[in-house]
Formats: sequence, C-alpha cells, structure tokens
Amino acid sequence: MKPRTLFEKVWDAHVVAQEPDRPAVLYVDLHLIHEVTSPQAFTGLRERGLGVRRPDLTVATMDHSTPTLPKALAVIDDQAKAQLRMLEQNCEEFGIELFGLGSQYNGIVHVIGPERGFTQPGKTIVCGDSHTSTHGAFGALAFGIGTSEVEHVLATQCLLQRKPKTLEVRVEGQLLPGVTAKDIILALCAQIGTGGATGHVIEYTGAAIRGLDMEGRMTVCNMSIEAGARAGMIAPDDTTFEYLQGRDRVPKGADWDAAVERWRALKTDVRAKYDERVVIDANELEPMITYGTNPGMGMGISGSVPSLDSFGESSQQVAFEKAMLYMDVEPGKPLLGKKVDVVFIGSCTNSRIGDLRLAASVFSGRKVADGVRTLVVPGSHDIKVQAESEGLDRVFKDAGAEWREPGCSMCIAMNGDNLEPGQYAVSTSNRNFEGRQGKGGRTFLASPLTAAASAVTGKVTDPRSLLLS
Amino acid sequence: MAKFTTLTSHAVPLTADNVDTDQIIPARFLKVTEKHGLGDSLFSDWRYHEDGSPREDFVLNQPESQGAQILIAGHNFGSGSSREHAPWALVSWGFRAIIATGFADIFKSNALKNGLLPVEVTPAVHKELMQAVQLDRGTKITIDLPTQSVTGLGSLEATFPIDDFSKHCLLNGIDQLGYLLAFDDQITKYEQQRT
Repeated sequence: MKPRTLFEKVWDAHVVAQEPDRPAVLYVDLHLIHEVTSPQAFTGLRERGLGVRRPDLTVATMDHSTPTLPKALAVIDDQAKAQLRMLEQNCEEFGIELFGLGSQYNGIVHVIGPERGFTQPGKTIVCGDSHTSTHGAFGALAFGIGTSEVEHVLATQCLLQRKPKTLEVRVEGQLLPGVTAKDIILALCAQIGTGGATGHVIEYTGAAIRGLDMEGRMTVCNMSIEAGARAGMIAPDDTTFEYLQGRDRVPKGADWDAAVERWRALKTDVRAKYDERVVIDANELEPMITYGTNPGMGMGISGSVPSLDSFGESSQQVAFEKAMLYMDVEPGKPLLGKKVDVVFIGSCTNSRIGDLRLAASVFSGRKVADGVRTLVVPGSHDIKVQAESEGLDRVFKDAGAEWREPGCSMCIAMNGDNLEPGQYAVSTSNRNFEGRQGKGGRTFLASPLTAAASAVTGKVTDPRSLLLS
Repeated sequence: MAKFTTLTSHAVPLTADNVDTDQIIPARFLKVTEKHGLGDSLFSDWRYHEDGSPREDFVLNQPESQGAQILIAGHNFGSGSSREHAPWALVSWGFRAIIATGFADIFKSNALKNGLLPVEVTPAVHKELMQAVQLDRGTKITIDLPTQSVTGLGSLEATFPIDDFSKHCLLNGIDQLGYLLAFDDQITKYEQQRT
C-alpha cells in the first residue's frame, strides 16, 4: 500500500463518495455548534423541511456572547438573548445535547470538546468556527466551516470537500525556559504569514511538539488557521491517550484498549510525502509578541518592529503602514517597555488549566501594576472549578486581577468584555485584527507568561526577566 | 442561489493585503439570526465615524463606488474568522465578484455558496487592473464565468481558475445541499459499515 500521511489516513477513512470532477462527500464524526453561526442553518433546514440526520453526533454550547461577570448572568442585549434562546429551542426541537449557560459543563466549544472526551483521534470534527483546528491536536481532522456548511452537516452529516494539500511543520529541538507552545505558533505565523498555509493541512512534527502536553498541542493547532491552514494535526501518542483516558465520552474497558490500538496506527508512514515542509528550531525561539494587526505581524519580544523598507510588495507596504497607523507603534523600535492598559488571559487558545497555572506562577506574590485592568477568563466551568480547587483564583484576585466566568469573552468582544478605543492590551487570544477586542482597541498577542508579566509591570515585558529574578 | 454567468461592472479598489473577516463585518454585528440586511454593516469600522456618519475618505463611500458589483482587493482576502456573515454582507451591499491574487480557504468556500465569485488572478494582472481602476473609476470590467475570463482594459484578457463543481453550481444557480442530499443511500451504507 502507498505510504500515507496522518491526514490522508483520516481523510481516506471518511470519504463516502467521490465522483469524477466533483468534491468528495466527507463524513463528519462530530459536529460542534454554538449560538452565533447556527441560527440561519436551522432556519434553512426548516425551510426545506429537513431534519437533523445525526443529533447524537451533534453537540452544542453557548460561548461567544455569554456574560463572564460572576453571579450576574445578564446577557449583553436583546439580540444576544434572542440568539441564545434560539439555540436552546433548536437543540430542544432536534434533540441535540446542549451545554448551555449555567450548565456545569458549559464553556468554550474548543475547550469542552476535548475536556469531555468528545474529541478523539481519527475523527472528523467540524464547527462553524475557524478555531476548530484546535481538535487536530488529538490526531483528528478538524476544521472550521461556514453556516451553509453547518446546514449541510445538520442535514446529511456530510460535507463536500476538495482534498487539501499537506504541509509538515517540523519543530526540532527543545523550548527554553519561559518559551511556550504559544510562542511556537506565533513564530510560525511570523515566518510564513497569515496566508502562508492556505489550501494546506498542517501536520506538526518534531521533538519540540512531542515534548508538549495536550494543552500546549491544542494551543499550537488552535492557531493553524492564523497561518491560513485548513487544519492542524498532531499524531496521537501516549500523551494523547493519557489525557483522554477516563474522560466522559471516550470508550471504556475493552473498548478503550481496542480504540488505543486503532489510534496508534494514526501516524504518517515513514516514506509518505508532504507537499511542503517548514522547519523551526525550538532552541532558537524566544517569547513572541505581535506588533501589528494580523497574527503574522509578530517578532521575538526582544526584537524591534520592522521598518517599511523590509516589505517588498507595495500591497504589503500598504498593509504595514495601515497597521502602524492603527497600532501607533514606531517602525524600527522595540515594543519592550510599551505601556499597556489591559491584560486578557483567556480564549480557546490559552484558557486551560496549564495556561492558568503558568499565569499564576507569575502573579504569585506580585501585584498587577496600577492602572492595568487584568481579566482572567477560564475556558470552561470545569477549568474554573479545577483552578479554584488549586487556589489559583486567590492568586489572581490577590494580585488584583478579575476572575471571571467561562466564555470567549474579550477574544471576540461580543459579550460586553471589550477594550476601549485606543487602549493597548497584551492578550493570550488568537487575533490582533483591528477592533477585534473592541472598536479602536489595540492588541499585542503573546503567551500567558508574557501577558502576566506585562500585567505585573504595566509594560510589555519579557517574562524571563521575572522568572529568573 | 442566484445564477452567475457574465458580469460587467465598474469596480471598487480596496488596496492592502490580508483583509480579514473582522474588517469585512465586525463581531458585534454577528448577533443576528437572519442572513439579510448586513450590507449597511459592511466594513463598518473603516466606513463610519464614531457618530455613525460616513467617512468620505473610505473608498466604499465615494460616489464612484456606488452601483459597483466588483471589488478588487489585495492578497489573502477574507482571512480569519469563518463567519459567513462576511459574504452575506458583501452580497447585500451589491457585490457579485471579488478580484484578488488569493483568498482565504473558508471565505472562498462561503462566497461560492452565496453566488459571490472569487476571481483569482496573477499579481501582474491584478496590478494592471488595480492601476486602471484607480486611474479611471468608471473602468468597466467583464467577468465571464463560462470562459473563466476577465476582460475590459484594452487588450487585457486573463483567465482565472475555478473548480468544475462550483462553476456548475454558479452557472445553474444550484444549491450544493441538493447535490449532497442525493447521496442519502450511500451515506446510510457508510454508517452501517462502520457500526
């Protein structure tokens, strides 16, 4: 048999039909839905008189526009309220399991999928959300889709897909202290740009990837879309199986053993070929930070913002000048020491227990600088409970940070958590687009360590300066 | 879905690469439960002042842009969020085609399902079109889907790629879900084999 990549193995196992000159009919094992990108899909179903083919393979949560203020589950406005209510009604009518607001398993869709064990190696997983790539950390083929496609999956449990190409991102070596999974993916985005992996599924390989825990791997796969990739994948191994064993929705007993045996075959064959390859040396990485208005505009934290003449194409120069104007940072100058107004620790990229522990390691025995607003938003209710059992909430509150209820919060700023015009934030989220965290707000993307260090000093700070002191 | 065969129109030039879907339509407009009526929110943060009045320096607000059905954008148009609200807003404003040197995957897929044609051209063709349109905003461009060609500036004639299936659906105004539903038996067979 022809040697195959991990991606090809998962793809091949899910092709229901493939007619000449037509896209493949690809079966979907898990369909995650949320309040923002599903209403019009259900409306479409009703208009055609269709039902949901596999409600048992469909799971819903509320996360994008949900409030995060403790004990005040007041939804921001009537429009958001109506959207949440519509999801509730749709789930009830079509028999879909919903982890709604107030449920003990509520949380960000890409956090609760793995946490509850819905996410498993070898599955095809889709959601009307670009950060669905997160689930690829388990060796699943997981990607974001639009609302028309949400309707397609609800109706048929299938999607029409053309086979993407493959890109191996090999991360050799070992991360140095103070450098994290987030810095790997920000480095990749900076290296290949936001469109660098368009049309490709990334497989992350190499010693530095093998050395990451599942949370780190999720952080890396999560931002695959920020490099333009269709999906990001990591072959499952013992780290994966240890994370999954015993979770709610994974097989139990002999079924578990059989599943693990099956999952062990999910790796790229020795002689299989990727279409492209990029190599990153983890030993060379330092904490990363973005300076501009897309995730590809990033640099090592001790570096300087590039100058206009480093961009060859005139359209790139236009984008760079526009970014400089919006961010009001100086080309050729460092970002270290730049004053910050807000620090946001959360999002489907960096809101898991390991992220909170990293942030707490910096906050412990320290205070948030005067005038800095710091939000710590756990990714799920489960993580919130875990963090509180470890006393992390006390560390955050004692430092002067706000400890919130789970949700997407200030990553997408739909729920009332947002930057004010002109404010600077260091954020552990995934997008620094203009206005992403609030109209007129300016975002520097970084790791939980860098964000926490910057909260403590009130300035963009290299976390290693605090960790080593 | 509306059919797409041939389109002749003047165009709106939007320079800058990597225009993301958060710019096309900011997240605060995603709390809707309908598809229609998003045209007023298209490029909202670039298009309006704080008080809601239009910014005269933004290209979409210029009188020459009115009635245009073609947008000429930079590289990697539609990056970021998977929100289908982006093509809904572009279509609602009146666009039927976008010319760029490259599109983000999810945006392209979403656009094709809404009768909005992504026209991918080479950097050289793109430059020529952009310059011509900037020089004379009345320049008419013709996009012909059956021949997959872009014409209009004197001798300029370029082709663009599109997969056979998307082309077939656009030419005939066919919804992709209809095609998918016809596989019902095979999907059932697939499900039975796996259990």
